[in-house]
Amino acid sequence: MTTTLSPDPLADLRALFTYPFMVNALEAGTIVAVLAAAVGWYMVLRRQTFAGHTLSVMAFPGAAGAALAGLPTALGYYVACAGAALLMRRAGGRQFRRGYGTETATIATVQAMGLAAGYLFLSLGHGVLGGTETLLFGTFLGVSRNQVLTLLIIAAAALILIATATRPLLLETIDPEAATARGLPVALLDTGFLLVLAAAVAATSQITGALLVFALLVAPAAAAQQLTMRPGAGLLLSVAFALAIVWLGLGIAYFSIYPVGFYVTSIAFAVYLAARFARVATTRLA
Amino acid sequence: MFAHVFVRNAYLAGTFIALACGVVGWFVVLRGQLFAGDALTHVAFVGAIGAAVLGFDELVGLFVLTLAVAAGMAALGRRGQADDAAIGIVFAWILGVGVLLLAILATSASGGTGVAAANTLFGSIYSLTASGSRLAAAIALATALTVLIGSRPLLLASLDTDVASARGIPVRALGIGFLALLAVVTAESTQAVGALLMLGLLAAPAGAAQRLTANPYRGLVLSALLAVLAMWGGLALSYQIGSLPPSSAVIGLAGAAYAVVALRTRHGRRQA
Repeated sequence: MTTTLSPDPLADLRALFTYPFMVNALEAGTIVAVLAAAVGWYMVLRRQTFAGHTLSVMAFPGAAGAALAGLPTALGYYVACAGAALLMRRAGGRQFRRGYGTETATIATVQAMGLAAGYLFLSLGHGVLGGTETLLFGTFLGVSRNQVLTLLIIAAAALILIATATRPLLLETIDPEAATARGLPVALLDTGFLLVLAAAVAATSQITGALLVFALLVAPAAAAQQLTMRPGAGLLLSVAFALAIVWLGLGIAYFSIYPVGFYVTSIAFAVYLAARFARVATTRLA
Repeated sequence: MFAHVFVRNAYLAGTFIALACGVVGWFVVLRGQLFAGDALTHVAFVGAIGAAVLGFDELVGLFVLTLAVAAGMAALGRRGQADDAAIGIVFAWILGVGVLLLAILATSASGGTGVAAANTLFGSIYSLTASGSRLAAAIALATALTVLIGSRPLLLASLDTDVASARGIPVRALGIGFLALLAVVTAESTQAVGALLMLGLLAAPAGAAQRLTANPYRGLVLSALLAVLAMWGGLALSYQIGSLPPSSAVIGLAGAAYAVVALRTRHGRRQA
């Protein structure tokens, strides 16, 4: 962007909201931050980070395949992510569970196959899909009104699903055996959560790009879990971190020539480091 | 097809890279470190871009950054294994730096960055030079041999940390050394199959082998064999079919083998 900072911070803030594309980007970023932070909080607690990453990568074959077939890109994102979630449902890849090694082999194979398919689609539809980089690293700048509305609907649905299943999901996450003993539908919860995660990832990666979803999905949640293990406070903290990351990142990128992905990931990393240091400092003092 | 020099180069480098991936991958799967491997493959991409920006040789950037990150991951966790959330955040940030480097490259260089980026991400095995492929083969062979020589203590350290430390095996040092080897394989294979697809060659043959046999040495041989066969088959397929990129073909075959094995073993377990 060519806009430069002026000495008046208020004028700068007003400048942020002058262009409709920036308003769209801020709205989309806000929706995505809330969604990713809430779903990500469960993902980090369930130690399904690897599965989450594989889902985020699926956005690439999804978009490339949709472009090749002449379908809307967003549809490709959701279909590919949901398909991968179903393929992985027997191998959620939760670290420290028995047989984790071979489970991760399934996840990794799904990921590599997805990428291989994406690359094939890309070379088949030569020229149809212009920006591989945009696909992988995202852009906040091309967000349309319709996209914002779709994001809002998806986010609301995913958050309502998570909210209604909060108690069983928490129990199933922390102690799967107790959950089974109580007669909770463990398999359904597992698959359901992966599908919600897929929706969240597909939505987020439209904004951040397939490879940078993690900045919003993991960093705020992991930082929050460094500071508190109480579910309510942790979820709120995670959302607050994510909002700060997105708003700051977009704000800085607006006045800079360098891509927003760099700022968002860097701020996310800094937030996580700060949370780690804060925890170490408080435990030393106590 | 072997009349062409580029095909011979690709087969020479590809065979040994696949061999190394099969052997190292078997231990990666056993130790549950695929996510670390995944992170390293993404880091490799940033290393290559960084080298391009600073004007180094691509290979230097690949090796320096993957080794540095492997050391960082080993330092973060106990037993030389990092927490998966920490891995995720670190590599998201390094990718973010990669995006910045790409942008710098795009504004400074005379274009053509798209091609360079695509080559690093998805590999370009058919464009290896004769000396490049010999070097790749030598490094890959050395890594595979190192892992095989250290396989007994590494096996024990991976399966039972306590027994291994009681026997005086330096578990932590082994963990760090193994991550370093993984970094070397990653950096090396990035040229052939690309940073994004390399994970498949690590995971699919090894995962299939572990589902088929619990015997470690049979498993190692099987894993290496499957990886090499996938490489040979994939290269031949993409040579015959012009629009099929070699890395997609290789990973496709490896993944298909894994899917067949996974379905069959699941079926067998149900009957038993």
